[in-house]
Amino acid sequence: MQKESKAHLLRALAKNVRYDGRKALEYRPVTVEYGISESAEGSARVRIGGTEVMAGVKLETNTPYPDTPDQGNLMVNAELMALSNPAFEPGPPGEQATEIARVVDRAVRESKSIDVHKLVIKPGEKVWAVNIDICTINDEGGLQDAACLAALAALKNTRLPKLNENDDVDYDAEKTKEGLPLSKQPVEVTVIKVGEHFFVDALSEEEKSIEARLTVAVTEKGTVCALQKGGALPLSVEDIDKMIDIAQKLAPTLRKAL
Amino acid sequence: MTEEVLAKDKEIVVPGEIVAVGMSFLPGKGTYREEDKIVAQRLGMMSVEGKVIKLIPLSGRYLPKLKDRIVGKVIDVLLTGWRMEINSPYSAVMTLKDATSEFIPRGADLTQYYCIGDCVVCQVVNVTSQKLIDVSMKGPGLRKLRGGRIIEVSAQKVPRIIGKDGSMVGMIKQATKCEIIVGQNGWIWLEGEPEGEVIAVKAIKKVEEEAHLGGLTDRMAAWLEKETGVKVSPQAQPEQSEEAPQQHPHHFGGSQ
Amino acid sequence: MSYTKRFDGRGFEELRPMSAKVGIIPRADGSAMFKTGKTTALAAVYGPRDLHPKFMQNPETGILRIFYNMMPFSGHGERVRPGGGRRSKEISMVIQNAILPVLDLKDYPNAVVDVFVELPQTDAGTRCAAITAAAMALADAGLEMKDLVCAVAAGRVEDKIVIDLNYYEDSHEDGADLPVAVLPNSGKVTLLQMDGDMTKEQIKECITKAKEACKKIYEVQKAALKERFVKR
Repeated sequence: MQKESKAHLLRALAKNVRYDGRKALEYRPVTVEYGISESAEGSARVRIGGTEVMAGVKLETNTPYPDTPDQGNLMVNAELMALSNPAFEPGPPGEQATEIARVVDRAVRESKSIDVHKLVIKPGEKVWAVNIDICTINDEGGLQDAACLAALAALKNTRLPKLNENDDVDYDAEKTKEGLPLSKQPVEVTVIKVGEHFFVDALSEEEKSIEARLTVAVTEKGTVCALQKGGALPLSVEDIDKMIDIAQKLAPTLRKAL
Repeated sequence: MTEEVLAKDKEIVVPGEIVAVGMSFLPGKGTYREEDKIVAQRLGMMSVEGKVIKLIPLSGRYLPKLKDRIVGKVIDVLLTGWRMEINSPYSAVMTLKDATSEFIPRGADLTQYYCIGDCVVCQVVNVTSQKLIDVSMKGPGLRKLRGGRIIEVSAQKVPRIIGKDGSMVGMIKQATKCEIIVGQNGWIWLEGEPEGEVIAVKAIKKVEEEAHLGGLTDRMAAWLEKETGVKVSPQAQPEQSEEAPQQHPHHFGGSQ
Repeated sequence: MSYTKRFDGRGFEELRPMSAKVGIIPRADGSAMFKTGKTTALAAVYGPRDLHPKFMQNPETGILRIFYNMMPFSGHGERVRPGGGRRSKEISMVIQNAILPVLDLKDYPNAVVDVFVELPQTDAGTRCAAITAAAMALADAGLEMKDLVCAVAAGRVEDKIVIDLNYYEDSHEDGADLPVAVLPNSGKVTLLQMDGDMTKEQIKECITKAKEACKKIYEVQKAALKERFVKR
């Protein structure tokens, strides 16, 4: 039946018709809402079709890591909440959640979208620590791309809190108007391969037939700042070339929603 | 002594809501009597027919009933049969003798008949008090499903999706030229041209969402005509009732 | 000292602005959002469904499991470390005890009804908001219930009894916090906790005023549930 499901999807893809009528290289409607959690220093909610993901940023001040005394800290966490899909169980993040977090982390960190050198308060003594937490609310496919967009939107929404005399955060005071040193906006496009067809933004129904996928993080300049291949089947160099091409073409669609 | 209906026919009521007061009323399905009050047991739509007060459920998972025709998925191959997932809190078992009219010898490789992941149309033949469920594939229209897609709808909306004598699903089949089998358990199998399937799925979801609103049949006929250009009439289509079509030579994926 | 004016200017028995929406998580069997002031609770119900591990199954009745969790960015101050902890466990348990009296799960032997409650932002009154949201989500899931359940935190701030405490009132050094859950049609209490220092008379006043406030919360729940099926 697995084979037959895949064959059925291929039949549709051959006509450039997805299970919800979209074209292969078309995203569902994307919306971004800012400031959805007043408890966070920055937050956002992203909807891609029926999929909904929230992200929040909490800031604190810490001592820097001993090997990087002139850099702030950045951490990305993701949780596939049991709330969002009957198949998700409560408990610590598993493989899928960890992958989502690490791939978003890669995009944000390696693109140097946040200049961690600008997060220093007192070199060697006190730096900002930026904690990004991504939580899925409703899973109808396409979590990776929604997660990265939500994290980015939450970072954009972030305003630095006031510090007290010890350079610790004063959470009771009103936030300042200053944002994070955010210079780039990497978005992730996950391209999927089934048979000889490529498509993006898979529905849960379509995700079952994935053979290989490539998540490509693209900056505004069109350069690639992170890659992650997944799926059981291999990709040829031509495939990879095509998939990066697709991601570069579609990144602006997601970025437009920010 | 007051005799009063507090919630109107077709009104949505919440669990615990007092829907009528008076000893002359009869508490039907979904309601119960507490002293002189009739109380709603769950979220649903009121149905007041004379003195009988019933509640039409609008949500809730599927609970198997005898004779229900459902779509099931094989999740395990046992020694003497197969375990099936049926979109219910409980799984079902199909024993050897209920699987097919052929004779299955002892010790045969059961995966020759059905293996894990196979989807079938079957019928509920037994439900015990401990919720052990037996299904059978011996009967007209019961068969393995090949190809196609399976979507899920709320089991409570299935009667509306099928329609009176199959009229609603019949219209959708006619307009989209898809084969559609609606399981009482909320799983619906369909197969057709990709574009037709997309419209069929949209149509089914539209009926699901608007099931409790009036004038739906005519609205769907108009909607289907707009989407497909095919004029359909909401008439009873007995040959297109929920009985599945007879054994087809399976015809999926011709070019693959 | 006398508490003459509430920090946010409300009347002593005045609830914070509330909003509720049902069906917000389409993948779940039932779901609801409840917001009071800044405290927001999202609840999703999955079930009745298969229960693993098998040793937890009860052949005489289905069981109810509540998972209450604050999202990492929802705390008033620092980040909340994921994984719950003792507080989440205790709150999950009291929510379960607050709701179980209205559920009859005898028709679902060996099965489980799972309720997940997550809070994206908090400002005190979290367990009450969680109960209020969970009750709507269970109704949305089509479960048989004797009644809905609504909850609110009553309490004392200095010399006044107040309803629906916010964070500053809850953490005020001279005060007490008393969350109450009520079955709206029978008036029975299914959750009662208190921490702080109060006389018996003050406790009774809290409970009476909480029950009165719950009537308003019930109206919000009913409206949200009915609105779910109105043509959008």
